[in-house]
Amino acid sequence: MNQSQQSSSAPDKATILEWLEVVTDPEIPTVSLVDLGVIRDVRVADDGYVTVRMTPTFSGCPAMDYMQRDVERVLREHGVERFGVEMSLEEAWSSNWVTERGRAALKAHRLSPPPMHQGIVDLDILEYAECPNCGSHNTTLRSPFGPTLCRALHYCNDCRQGFEQFKPV
Amino acid sequence: MNTTALKDLLYRLADDQLILGHRNSEWNGLGPILEEDIAFSSMAQDKLGHSLQLYTLLHNLGEAEPDTVAFTRNAPQFHCTQLVELPIGDYAFSLVRHFLYDHAELLRFQLLTTSSYEPLAQVARKLKGELKYHVLHANTWVKQLGTSTEEAIEKLQTALNETLPFALGLFEKTEHEEAIMADGIFAGEDELRAQWLESISKVLAQTNLELPDLATVAPVFGGRNGEHTEHLQPLLDEMAEVFRLDPTADW
Repeated sequence: MNQSQQSSSAPDKATILEWLEVVTDPEIPTVSLVDLGVIRDVRVADDGYVTVRMTPTFSGCPAMDYMQRDVERVLREHGVERFGVEMSLEEAWSSNWVTERGRAALKAHRLSPPPMHQGIVDLDILEYAECPNCGSHNTTLRSPFGPTLCRALHYCNDCRQGFEQFKPV
Repeated sequence: MNTTALKDLLYRLADDQLILGHRNSEWNGLGPILEEDIAFSSMAQDKLGHSLQLYTLLHNLGEAEPDTVAFTRNAPQFHCTQLVELPIGDYAFSLVRHFLYDHAELLRFQLLTTSSYEPLAQVARKLKGELKYHVLHANTWVKQLGTSTEEAIEKLQTALNETLPFALGLFEKTEHEEAIMADGIFAGEDELRAQWLESISKVLAQTNLELPDLATVAPVFGGRNGEHTEHLQPLLDEMAEVFRLDPTADW
C-alpha cells in the first residue's frame, strides 16, 4: 500500500501516458493525442520534473494551443506540479504515427484514416481513400482541403456520399 | 554563421507567407465554388501557420515577438515579393499566382530541408509536407481549366502573362545571397529558379497554356529590399487594425 502511494507521487512514463489518453483532438473527440502521434515523448527526470514533448499535425492548426492546455490541465489534476510541455518540430509529424487504435477511432468519427506510406507522399497516396461508410476504395478526391487543415474531401462512387479523410502527411 | 544574412533570408520567407496568407484569406466567402472558398481559406491558414514558425525562428535569434514583427512594421520594412502583395484580382489571377508561387515555395523548402541551420531545416521538413497539398491543388485547377473552354484558357493565359514578371521577382537576390550559400544555409536563388522552371513547365505542357519565353520577361524586383507597390501598406493597415487597438490585449 505504502509502495503504491509512493509510486503515485512519483509517476513513471507509462502512468503519465495513460493519464494523457483522455486528452483528445478537440475537432475529433474520438481520438486521443497519444494515438494521433501528437504526444511524442514523456520524460520524468530524477528530481520528478515531467517533460511532455508534443508536435503539431499541421503548423497552422488552431487547436494546438487547446491541446497543450489540456495536457497541462491533466497533469495538474493528477497532482503533478513541476512540469513543462514543449512543442517541438524536431521530427515532422507523420500520419504513419497514427496508431491502430487511432485509426479505429477516426473511423468511429466517420473519418477515413490516412493510408500508410513509405515516407514519400505522392499523388497516388494523396488521392487514395477508403470510404468510411461502405469500405469501398472506388473513391475520388474532391479537394485536398476540408473543414480543418488535417482533412481532405472525397466522394464515394459506390455509396455516393461525400466523406472526409484525415490527410496523409 | 552569418546571422545578418540568415535573418534576411528568414524575413523573406516569413513575409511572403504572411502576406500571401492574408491575400488568400480574402477569398473567404467569395470562392467561385464552395470547395474553392474552403481551399483558399485553408491555404491561408496554413501559410499564417508557416509564417508563425518562421517568425519564431527570428524571435529565437533576438528579433521581436512574432505578433510584433508581423503587425507593427510598415511596408518599407517588409521583405516579401511584390507578387504576394498584389490584390486578389479575379480567380484566374489568384489561381495562377498560387500556382507559380507554391511551386517555388515547395521547392524552396525542399532545398532548405538540408540547410546547415538546423532549426530552419526542421521547419522546412515540416512545411514541405503541407505545401504538397497546395501544389496538388494548383496543378489540378490549372490542368482542368487550362484544357477547358476558350474563355477559361484565355483568362488563364492573360493572368500568366501578367503574373510572370512578378513571379520571377521571387528569385531576387539580396546582398546576402553569397553569404547564405557560403554558409550552406540555402542552395541559392539560381538553383531554385532552374528547378521551378522545370516544375511549372511540366504542368503547363499538359495544358493549352503557353509559358512566355523567360528571356523576354523583365523580372519585377525590389520587394526583397523593401520596395513595394501601393497595395502593401493598405493591406498591412487592415491586417494590424485589431492588434494596434490594444497591442497588450490577451486573447
